[in-house]
Amino acid sequence: MFDVHEMEVNFGPQHPSTHGVLRVLLRVDGERIIDAKPIIGYLHRGTEKLFEHMAYPQCIPHTDRMDYVASATNNLGFVEAVEKLMGVTKQIPKRAQLMRVMLSELQRISSHLLWLATHAIDIGAMTPFFYTFREREEVLDLFEQYCGARLTLNCMRIGGMPDDLPPGWLDDVERFCAKFDAAVDEYESLLTNNRIWKRRTVGIGVITAEEAIEWGITGPPLRGTGKEWDLRRAQPYECYPELEFDIPVGKNGDTYDRYLVRMEEMRQSNRILKQCIPLIKATPEGDIKAKISRVIRPPEGEVYHSIESPKGELGYYIVSDGKTQNAYRCHVRPPSFVNLQALPAMAKGHLVSDLVALIGTIDIVLGEVDR
Amino acid sequence: MSPLFLKYLVWPLVKFLIAFLIVQVIVAAMNWVERRTLGLMQARLGPNRVGWKGLLQIVADPIKFILKEDIVPSSSEKVAYFLGPMLPLIPAFLVFCLIPFGPPPTYIAARVNVALLLILALTSTGVYGIILGGWASNNKYSLMGGLRSAAQMVSYEVPFGLSIVGVLMLSGSFDLVKIVRYQETNAWNFLAQIVACFIFLVAMNAENNRTPFDLPEAESELVAGYHTEYSAMKFAFFMLAEYSAMLVNCCLMVSLFFGGWTLGMFGVGLTTDVLRSWGLWGGLLGCAIFTAKVMAFMMMYVWFRATFPRFRFDQLMDLGWKWMIPLALGNIFVTGIIVLAGQERLLYWFGGGAIVLTAFYLFRPRPKVVHASRVSEA
Repeated sequence: MFDVHEMEVNFGPQHPSTHGVLRVLLRVDGERIIDAKPIIGYLHRGTEKLFEHMAYPQCIPHTDRMDYVASATNNLGFVEAVEKLMGVTKQIPKRAQLMRVMLSELQRISSHLLWLATHAIDIGAMTPFFYTFREREEVLDLFEQYCGARLTLNCMRIGGMPDDLPPGWLDDVERFCAKFDAAVDEYESLLTNNRIWKRRTVGIGVITAEEAIEWGITGPPLRGTGKEWDLRRAQPYECYPELEFDIPVGKNGDTYDRYLVRMEEMRQSNRILKQCIPLIKATPEGDIKAKISRVIRPPEGEVYHSIESPKGELGYYIVSDGKTQNAYRCHVRPPSFVNLQALPAMAKGHLVSDLVALIGTIDIVLGEVDR
Repeated sequence: MSPLFLKYLVWPLVKFLIAFLIVQVIVAAMNWVERRTLGLMQARLGPNRVGWKGLLQIVADPIKFILKEDIVPSSSEKVAYFLGPMLPLIPAFLVFCLIPFGPPPTYIAARVNVALLLILALTSTGVYGIILGGWASNNKYSLMGGLRSAAQMVSYEVPFGLSIVGVLMLSGSFDLVKIVRYQETNAWNFLAQIVACFIFLVAMNAENNRTPFDLPEAESELVAGYHTEYSAMKFAFFMLAEYSAMLVNCCLMVSLFFGGWTLGMFGVGLTTDVLRSWGLWGGLLGCAIFTAKVMAFMMMYVWFRATFPRFRFDQLMDLGWKWMIPLALGNIFVTGIIVLAGQERLLYWFGGGAIVLTAFYLFRPRPKVVHASRVSEA
């Protein structure tokens, strides 16, 4: 009797706010979403299959291209997984560990800055985009100083780091750390207490902690629900146990809480960076590589190792046959892919305008979703 | 030529053409001003390549629009698609002949005794083109943009119109010239009609589809809204209409609430009589004052754009129907009683008090850092 006039809208893959090539098949009644179905695979490059055909060190640049806005953490996850498989995790020199931590925390900052920029511009706030890019540029400059690349860093090696820190790099990091907290305050002054921002984010896309765990959601979306789960604390790697940092958690599991969690995470990353600087100065220069053979041929076996990437749990599952220099099978557990599962459930009943806020708040990178 | 012919046809046309040209230049320049100012606000440069400080961008943009390929989607409704960008232009331009830029009778193209009604009627037809364009594009995003703008403009037309009623009651006329002259002998209307002024400000933002009410063209949601499929000059027409409409609304704002071309209150200062006594230069000074005020409000649009996120559609409707309209009605009621009692001075006290209170609220001491994150105690 009451006709529901549904309309099917293809949201993407060419759409300004799907953060790449995500396609969401929407069924809408007016503007209200009845059903949202993410369709992925437009950026599939067969990365996992590629890994089976190249030596372990050759895989590292390919990990860069998965989450291309957070390549340092991708590198970290992979090299640690291989090291774990080889059983050399304990041999990594302190200096290399600290360098890895610093690069990943800088990467976390730059990834969160990009998330904030795009999330804010999706919701219509234009200015934070430029403010965050101002700081992100400095982080990328730091990367460039270290390894010559700004985005696809390829900055870690199995058993250590490729190069020692360039002279003056630590001072530049120190300078950046000194002013970064104020920059975060500046972003918050534009958004956190803004009434429109709150109306657009509070109560949007609520997930409970139980639901999040059932879906396997990790990272800020999980912590936004109030669950304190951070792999840096829960399954410590590198020298995180020696460093002091808090794990920010939310309460309601909505978009606003996830926003707050990520904002605080940037501050905490900065705190970690500040602690790393004196520690790294105390280590001997040039001690950046474990003494392992040049030919990487891990013993037969399998390993799953996961780290806390800016977007959640980034895991590598590697099977080695013990005979060749390449992995028999390598599977990646990308946080974006798993977190994206929640989109249909989050979007149901909301408006089309909320969908862009939700895609933003999940913080997906399609390179990682499709691999 | 008979003098009547001159008086009623030739002179108004000449004046309108002059006003039209000046307005077009301002609209084109506004594009540059907006981009430069946004650049300043957003830690970047804005256009600075073409000409001195990028000023020739004003010329370069139209050239680009004219030279670009004009793509018409094959599945579009051709006539409506063509009409879409034209329709909003006509009212947006016509309205300028009703605006008094300076002391009359010289600086107004056509003085009509119901100018305000005419302006309201004309500007509200602007939405036809947008709906038509959105529908004719045969694109779902365009359609949604068109529908959004239809609902939004119709909704905000109501508080927009209602907010003016208080001003009409005070000045007792629909004639913009009389409204301005009322303000120079009494206080500027924003003082007596602070609530109406606020509603007008919000409604004019919504009317023009500007941030935070830019839902019809919300680029992150609807790609480009109703003008998704438009390119080249047709798109430029939409732009032109939008900026002209912004300018119209700013002119109205200044005429209705901020004393038009005068710079005086209670009969003191640069009133119309003072300006008139200075002859031509006085008139031009009046125009300059008017333009300066209008530009100040145009900058406000830019400032809003740099500051606010975008409303959601249902929230926009909420704000319009549940807040703006009751507020406007309440304002009419209170103003009506006070005008009936002949106690207009009360309104000034109320307005002044409201401004002071708002200033206190805005500049209240606040903790510098707005930390809101909840860190667990682990």
